[in-house]
Amino acid sequence: MSKFKKKKGGDLPAISTASLPDIVFMLLFFFMVATVMRQNTLMIENNLPFADQVEKLDKKDLVMYIYAGKPSSNYKSTYGTEARIQLNDKFAEVSEIPAFIAAERASKREELIPFLTTALKVDSDANMGLVTDIKQELRKVNALKINYTTKKGDALQGLKK
Amino acid sequence: MAKRSAPEVNAGSMADIAFLLLIFFLVTTTIETDSGLNRKLPPIDDTEQEDVIIKEKNIFQLNVNKNNQLFLKTGGEEKVIQIKDLRKAAVAFLDNGGGTGPDACKRCQGKKNPRSSDNFDKAIISLQSDRATKYDTYIAVQNEIIAAYNTLRNREFERSFPNLGMSFVEAEKRYSDPRTPSTEKAKLKDKLEEIKILIPQKFSEAEPKKSN
Repeated sequence: MSKFKKKKGGDLPAISTASLPDIVFMLLFFFMVATVMRQNTLMIENNLPFADQVEKLDKKDLVMYIYAGKPSSNYKSTYGTEARIQLNDKFAEVSEIPAFIAAERASKREELIPFLTTALKVDSDANMGLVTDIKQELRKVNALKINYTTKKGDALQGLKK
Repeated sequence: MAKRSAPEVNAGSMADIAFLLLIFFLVTTTIETDSGLNRKLPPIDDTEQEDVIIKEKNIFQLNVNKNNQLFLKTGGEEKVIQIKDLRKAAVAFLDNGGGTGPDACKRCQGKKNPRSSDNFDKAIISLQSDRATKYDTYIAVQNEIIAAYNTLRNREFERSFPNLGMSFVEAEKRYSDPRTPSTEKAKLKDKLEEIKILIPQKFSEAEPKKSN
């Protein structure tokens, strides 16, 4: 005479998977909302430096991106290992920057042109020589608002000794 | 007519479809960084300009060499400095307030060393880098200099507007936030401008030298 019924057989009851779609949908919505489609395929290494006095860049449509860094492993054989500039989807020379800026300006409404910012996404291993050349070209075409894109973090900790 | 119940739709494959979409978005997601140090480049000016004479004591001259070492020349001193000490040194220089008479600095709280800067407006930070300097060192130096200016601006902002309960950096963030109502923005703008005029960022960048 027992108060507890003996389980019939040894098989476990099946776990209900009815809520699985809900969980998956939740994740799905998160990633759908968080996704920003990349405009450019990076052909360079782009390990940004750290800084903690950062300001946020809002209005993404008013930003022109200039990438610079060493060619990534797929392109090393053709383009060498020296840091290079990437504009849109291809490698470029410093002298091509004015044409790039002009093209970007032409695609924007005229009254927005003074608010255009150039974001420099430069690899932390690049030399200042390259960055200075870019800055000189930008000064020549009067694109004076720049932003050194960095990750948020301790600037000193990021330095490799 | 016989009443027919609608057949139930099998939802068993819904999870599979959702998984498929989930994996697609997982793969395509890149969280882009969109923050950084905002700077303004000086315009190219072809016209002949008279050389402005600046007293040596008002210049905080920084030099980064190709081995990423930092060399500082200010107030009659020349020394090699570590980046971690730079922020403190820059704040001490800007806040010195060694001026007398019309150049006296009312709001400086520094040591009033007569061999260092006169006031906020006169103090200039100059940075020269080598072409072979690494970019991350340069960014770290830039970051420390901006930090020095922000430290002082925060202090003066809180002294001027103590009932606002925020620092200069927070106020600026609030000002540039598109969600802030425009009435508040208008109020903040004057206050921010006042501090910016009080402590201007006089930061000059010389063109880098070639290293051989």
